[in-house]
Amino acid sequence: MNQNILIQLKNISKSFDGEVILDKINLDIHDKEFITLLGPSGCGKTTTLRIIGGFETPDEGEVLFDGKLTNDIPAYQRPVNTVFQKYALFPHLNVFENIAFGLRLKHVPEKDIVSQVKDMLAMVNLKGFEHRKVTTLSGGQQQRVAIARALINHPKVLLLDEPLGALDLKLRKDMQVELKNMQKRTGITFIYVTHDQEEALSMSDTVVVMSDGCIQQIGTPTDIYNEPVNAFVADFIGESNILAGTMLEDYRARFSGQTFQCLDAGFDKNEPVDIVVRPEDVDVVAPEKGMLKGTVTSVTFKGDYYEIIVDVCGFKWMIETSDYVAPDAVIGLHIEPDAIHIMKKSVYSGRFGDYSSFSDELERLSEPEMEEEEA
Amino acid sequence: MTISKKPPAAKGRIKSSPFAYLAASPHLVWTVLFIAAPLVFVLYYAFTTADGSFTWDNILALSEHTETFILSLSMSVIATVLCLLIGYPLAYCIAKLSPKAQKIAILLLMLPMWMNLLIRTYSMMAILDDGGFLNHFLMALGFEPVHIVGTAPAVIFGMVYNFLPYMVLPIHSVISKMDHRYIEAAHDLGCNSLHTLGRVILPLSTSGIISGVTMVFVPSISTFYISQKLGGGTFDLIGDTIERQFQNPSTYNVGASISLVMMILILLSMAVMNRFSDDEGTVIV
Amino acid sequence: MKILSRSYIALIIAILYIPILVLMLFSFNSTNNTGVFTGFSTYWYEELFRSAETFTALKNTLILAVSSAVISTLIGTAASLGLHRMRSKFLRGAIVSVTNIPMMNPDIVTGISMMLLFVFVGTRLGSADKLNFWTLLIAHVTFNLPYVILNVTPKFRQMDKHLPEAALDLGCTPVQSFFKVELPNVMPGIVTGFIMAFTLSLDDFVISYFCAGSDFQTLPILIYSMTKKEVKPDIYALSTLMIIAVLTLLILTNLTGDRDGKNSKNPDWRSHMRQRVQERRAHRTAGKGGDAK
Repeated sequence: MNQNILIQLKNISKSFDGEVILDKINLDIHDKEFITLLGPSGCGKTTTLRIIGGFETPDEGEVLFDGKLTNDIPAYQRPVNTVFQKYALFPHLNVFENIAFGLRLKHVPEKDIVSQVKDMLAMVNLKGFEHRKVTTLSGGQQQRVAIARALINHPKVLLLDEPLGALDLKLRKDMQVELKNMQKRTGITFIYVTHDQEEALSMSDTVVVMSDGCIQQIGTPTDIYNEPVNAFVADFIGESNILAGTMLEDYRARFSGQTFQCLDAGFDKNEPVDIVVRPEDVDVVAPEKGMLKGTVTSVTFKGDYYEIIVDVCGFKWMIETSDYVAPDAVIGLHIEPDAIHIMKKSVYSGRFGDYSSFSDELERLSEPEMEEEEA
Repeated sequence: MTISKKPPAAKGRIKSSPFAYLAASPHLVWTVLFIAAPLVFVLYYAFTTADGSFTWDNILALSEHTETFILSLSMSVIATVLCLLIGYPLAYCIAKLSPKAQKIAILLLMLPMWMNLLIRTYSMMAILDDGGFLNHFLMALGFEPVHIVGTAPAVIFGMVYNFLPYMVLPIHSVISKMDHRYIEAAHDLGCNSLHTLGRVILPLSTSGIISGVTMVFVPSISTFYISQKLGGGTFDLIGDTIERQFQNPSTYNVGASISLVMMILILLSMAVMNRFSDDEGTVIV
Repeated sequence: MKILSRSYIALIIAILYIPILVLMLFSFNSTNNTGVFTGFSTYWYEELFRSAETFTALKNTLILAVSSAVISTLIGTAASLGLHRMRSKFLRGAIVSVTNIPMMNPDIVTGISMMLLFVFVGTRLGSADKLNFWTLLIAHVTFNLPYVILNVTPKFRQMDKHLPEAALDLGCTPVQSFFKVELPNVMPGIVTGFIMAFTLSLDDFVISYFCAGSDFQTLPILIYSMTKKEVKPDIYALSTLMIIAVLTLLILTNLTGDRDGKNSKNPDWRSHMRQRVQERRAHRTAGKGGDAK
């Protein structure tokens, strides 16, 4: 990754009708980077993207492109192009004319338009679709046309607003790989907005986790997963058991009534902290050998592993294990020091991490709410 | 894992730019000058004398036209009720046809609406006239000729003939869009066909009935051509009275006051109807 | 039951058509008898074509219909765009309500109210002919406007709201975005609105009757003055021709209009539009729970 900073957001704030959407956002975006803005509905990620695209003006703060202030430059003069959420293909134009749209505005000679559009169609695997009406295309095909329409203008930055949101799971996975390859091939900076953490982790160079109009954490996918800064990030990225605890001293943490070895240091003596343990990092052992002892309350077969919920003194742990455990069995839990991650207390402390009311069904029910984008 | 937070309201996105007002401004000006201002002029004329001074006389003079108002109102109410009685079953029957047949029936019903009202009324008169087609036909069959044109039923018939499609179309559109499961549910719960019609279909088609009634009532109460032709000049409805006042500039003011009262009458009846549908959920026929 | 309901439909439709068919038949009668068909002849048509009045009225009607449809389409489309972009719900509602007045008011009230305005202003200006082509044109544009707006506004609403943004994103200026993207996408609504305005203008009698001067006669006004005199089959001939013209127009628009979407499927536009406004109004009052009018 190139270290040139391409876009800088400085202290960006934005509110609509008195509701604060973005609160003093600071973000550097590097050249040739695949950066993802990740967060739940209403976290401000789409607004951030729209500010970069020039569709919204920030109430406060500065947007810099290559070090130049661009707050007042209208969308049509910015070196960015956008792939819109539902593609926004022009229904009155066919595939060819949709892709050629930007070139025609620049009065590119017809001969060049034809050849460039051909190349683009080849790149997005839509050879021979030139004269199709866009309304007759499938979701995935429309998606490719939208990408081709944006990329043909050779933007410095491509903005993608939940581009895979309308596709089914299988297609989504394929398109993820394809998009990532396209980004590598073209060397264009991609700014990608999604609420799907899996998508974010698998595609990005950098993930920006947002919530409530603030950036919670910026980092590589592994950093974000392994070293979440607070309970929100830990919960939003993957499954986590989040417990309240105390940092007794460096490398020694106390939670669930036990003292554990860990790898974290630099906290005050006896500082209250949040403790994250990922479900796959907990080992199931015999009750007498465990650091903690609990009763299994539910077991769900997930294909390659079992997901079990264990009640330890009233706190429900989620644990992923490859061995079957019977419900109501009493088991011991073993946690290695490197599986324990310590976080500073934050406003999100105590809001997440207990699986006492957890069920797959609830999870699925809440899903559509997230799909609904903050447009 | 899900955080429920209400997405920010979408309304903030599209701001009305000065451009929006610029684009709408010719229309705005037009609306004020040629829709709002003329109505103000009706008010103005209704309350002034020919030389422009304020007066109640025009409104007071309306008492002379009480009979006209009553006649007009009763004729248009009868015509509206007849349209509903004829039109509702018709709409219901059409809605039960196959989709293709429905389209054809609706098209056939609407075609005459495309002929000018004058032509339709005139053709009606040509048939019903004393020396017209119907009487010649009756005489040829050995019946006595009947005198129709110039009677109240002729005028009412003319209204029904001209405005019936206005009643059928909205009712049909509501019934045909009605979720078929309601009807199935009614049958399932033990309604026979008649009960289903009365307790499910009829209440659910209220909005269609209201549009239909309004669309028949308003032109019926304000017509003047139908009564002139089919009334043989013996029936003076509100429309005729208004039309006559505007033949001569000296009676514009009285004409304006009659129009004003008619407008209020129509607004009142619409309000009453809407109230009806709110309180009952049904319009009782 | 099925037979009963079908014969009921057939009976009503027959009653609707018999007068028109009889009228068409008697337009070919050889005498001026309107009760007995005495023999086939095109005499009344020849009579009709001999009269310069008919041709003038036809020409006037067409000029009026085309010009009022063009003007109302231009103003109405711009207004729809403005309404679409306008943020204030209240102002939008207010404008639409006032616009719809000519559609909901009896024609006679619309007619006389505008006539009063024209007469009043004309008198103040001291003009000799207070009612003329221009007043008639204004009247027609006024009653056409709500129909144009009702057809175009939904097209703006149905359009993906990101389309103009996509156009800007690809390098269009706002003006280019309107002409290259928004306008083509609302075109079907504009076309339907135009055709509707054109036909309503052709057909209008009541409003024209009050707003036209003696020197500018349209076909409906001519028919009215003809029917004031004694019954002669030349009116039948004129009516027959108009019916045939309307039918042709209807078939043509339905053939070409099929692609344009739903509105063209319903040839009686006036009632269709009124019905839509009515239903929305009924829905609104029902929703508010008893706040009628």
